Amino acid sequence: MSKILVIAEHLDGKLNGATARAVSAAVAVKPESIDVIVLSDAPDAVAAEAAKIDGVSKVLTVARAENAHAMAAILAPQIAKAAAGYSHVFAPSTTFGKDLAPRVAALLGVSQVSDVMSVEGAHSFRRPIYAGNAIITVEVDTASTVVATIRTASWPAAASNGSAPVEALTVDVALPSHTRFVNLQQGKSDRPDLQGAAKVVSGGRGVGSKENFDIIYKFADKIGAGVGASRAAVDAGYCPNEMQVGQTGKIIAPELYMAIGISGAIQHLTGIKDAGTIVAINKDGEAPIFEIADIGLVGDLFKILPELEAAL
Amino acid sequence: MKILVGYKRVVDYNVRIQVKPDGTGVVTDGVKLSANPFDDIALEEALRLREKGVAEEVIVVGIGPADLTAHLRNGLAMGANRAIHVQTADAVSPLTAARTFLKLIEKEQPGLVILGKQAIDDDANQTGQMLAALWDRPQATFAGKVEIADGKATVTREVDAGLETIEADLPAVITTDLRLNEPRFIKLPDIMKAKAKPIDVIELGSLGIDAADHIKTTHYAAPAKRSKGVMVKDAAELVAALKQKGLL
Ligand SMILES: Cc1cc2nc3c(=O)[nH]c(=O)nc-3n(C[C@H](O)[C@H](O)[C@H](O)COP(=O)(O)OP(=O)(O)OC[C@H]3O[C@@H](n4cnc5c(N)ncnc54)[C@H](O)[C@@H]3O)c2cc1C
Ligand SMILES: Cc1cc2nc3c(=O)[nH]c(=O)nc-3n(C[C@H](O)[C@H](O)[C@H](O)COP(=O)(O)OP(=O)(O)OC[C@H]3O[C@@H](n4cnc5c(N)ncnc54)[C@H](O)[C@@H]3O)c2cc1C
Repeated sequence: MSKILVIAEHLDGKLNGATARAVSAAVAVKPESIDVIVLSDAPDAVAAEAAKIDGVSKVLTVARAENAHAMAAILAPQIAKAAAGYSHVFAPSTTFGKDLAPRVAALLGVSQVSDVMSVEGAHSFRRPIYAGNAIITVEVDTASTVVATIRTASWPAAASNGSAPVEALTVDVALPSHTRFVNLQQGKSDRPDLQGAAKVVSGGRGVGSKENFDIIYKFADKIGAGVGASRAAVDAGYCPNEMQVGQTGKIIAPELYMAIGISGAIQHLTGIKDAGTIVAINKDGEAPIFEIADIGLVGDLFKILPELEAAL
Repeated sequence: MKILVGYKRVVDYNVRIQVKPDGTGVVTDGVKLSANPFDDIALEEALRLREKGVAEEVIVVGIGPADLTAHLRNGLAMGANRAIHVQTADAVSPLTAARTFLKLIEKEQPGLVILGKQAIDDDANQTGQMLAALWDRPQATFAGKVEIADGKATVTREVDAGLETIEADLPAVITTDLRLNEPRFIKLPDIMKAKAKPIDVIELGSLGIDAADHIKTTHYAAPAKRSKGVMVKDAAELVAALKQKGLL
């Protein structure tokens, strides 16, 4: 029977919602147990949140001063050690998990299954390649530990009605000092988090400037949406990098996605394939975004957005 | 200081890849191949470090079949001093790629290894992190800005929460994000000059690495298609359509 270790992602004492999505994927394996591991300098609050996730058997905390910041070089040796006895190690496919999990896998001497979309069996998974233009089924040989990152957009967050026990774990392993945290510049925003938002409004190069992007924020606020962007908009400096949606940005699955002044390059579409309803507003009726949009509107965004606001 | 750069050949990012009807793979015959965009960025960064006097030598590395030579020549034309071609006819897993890089590191003793954050064919996003683990050295993944001074790399990383800056003692592994730089174009005279630059060919089998092949791809499928939707003619119709779906 499988025993799964899920690596908790957290920041500023709060559990990241991606963790509960990774737990959903773990549940799909139908394992004997699912343990969540929290590495932090002060893990208690995060552990208490993780303990509530449905399906979790227990929460393990590793409290060490060195764990104050999520540095892969420091966390990986601890997780590799804690992984003894587990058949699977899962992390969310966020920049946190993508940075950390391969380092754990290499220490365990295995390759990783990246971006798990579905679980076909305890050692069989489906994942996207070529920016989602092909989906492969992979089989991991049963003698190897399965290290996998979970494509968060493919999995709902497990509910929070549980009350798993929390246990402190001591992991006796020397940690390197060659990698040091300097700082984190966080985009401050009261808007819904892009990766968890039910509605997302994204702007592209068509928006034209950083100042013009206000029209996107204003409309998003009006409907309570998170705000995203195409790579072209980020590259042009209209908005910060953490707003990029797509193959090399965030992969999201909101109920409503509105692409405004975005042409619909495959690298962008990869990030929104799982959205419930896609709306496209673009002045070019031939733009590829209309081939996948559920609702399309051809026109000038600077004229349409104010009209939309007025019509709400 | 030497810099080792990963220079993988992949299906060009403009190609819309097709899955073979029998599910055994994707169609790659006659498809345009190019350098992985992240690896062009890795090479550009290495060249800039050499131009600043931080590094003396830039070596591009390709792991792949015999016909990789022309691809590696492009890396040399862009400005690399020399190339290493680790030859194999087999598909290589990220762990095997990392083990291969480690062997080359033992021989070349680079101060820095720059790889792409992901290759756009398999989108694995693993090799750099695995290499750093096996080498027991720092990793600075998803780099948007790199500064090298006093035996340290200060790297600003593009992470979900924003921009994280870390400091890593050299030698270290850096993986590139898209906004690190804009790669230069190859000029015609450089293509001529590249012909005289050396390419070392090493058989993968001669490196004595365990091929990590415990993950097998058993089936390829086309992704579920989204069907074409409806067009509305104005803002009022759009609002009505969204209200009808319960989205507003
Ligand atoms: C390796 C790689 C990875 C990439 N990763 C990503 C990624 O993660 N995410 C991503 O988004 N891209 C990514 N890209 C880039 C991608 O290929 C496109 O270049 C990018 O998505 C284009 O952004 P855009 O649609 O905003 O700009 P454009 O393609 O320039 O489109 C702008 C659109 O705005 C419309 N427009 C202009 N003015 C108006 C107006 N007044 N009203 C209405 N419409 C208007 C135009 O008709 C046009 O369709 C990647 C590329 C590569 C090579
Ligand atoms: C159609 C197809 C089927 C395949 N099937 C299998 C399979 O069944 N099993 C299997 O194990 N592998 C298979 N592979 C190959 C394998 O998936 C990839 O080559 C390997 O996984 C590396 O993954 P990646 O390039 O996505 O790594 P990433 O970790 O995404 O690569 C990151 C960086 O590492 C460096 N790098 C990685 N590989 C190389 C390289 N070869 N040369 C130079 N630099 C490199 C580059 O700098 C790159 O930007 C297949 C490949 C293809 C195209």
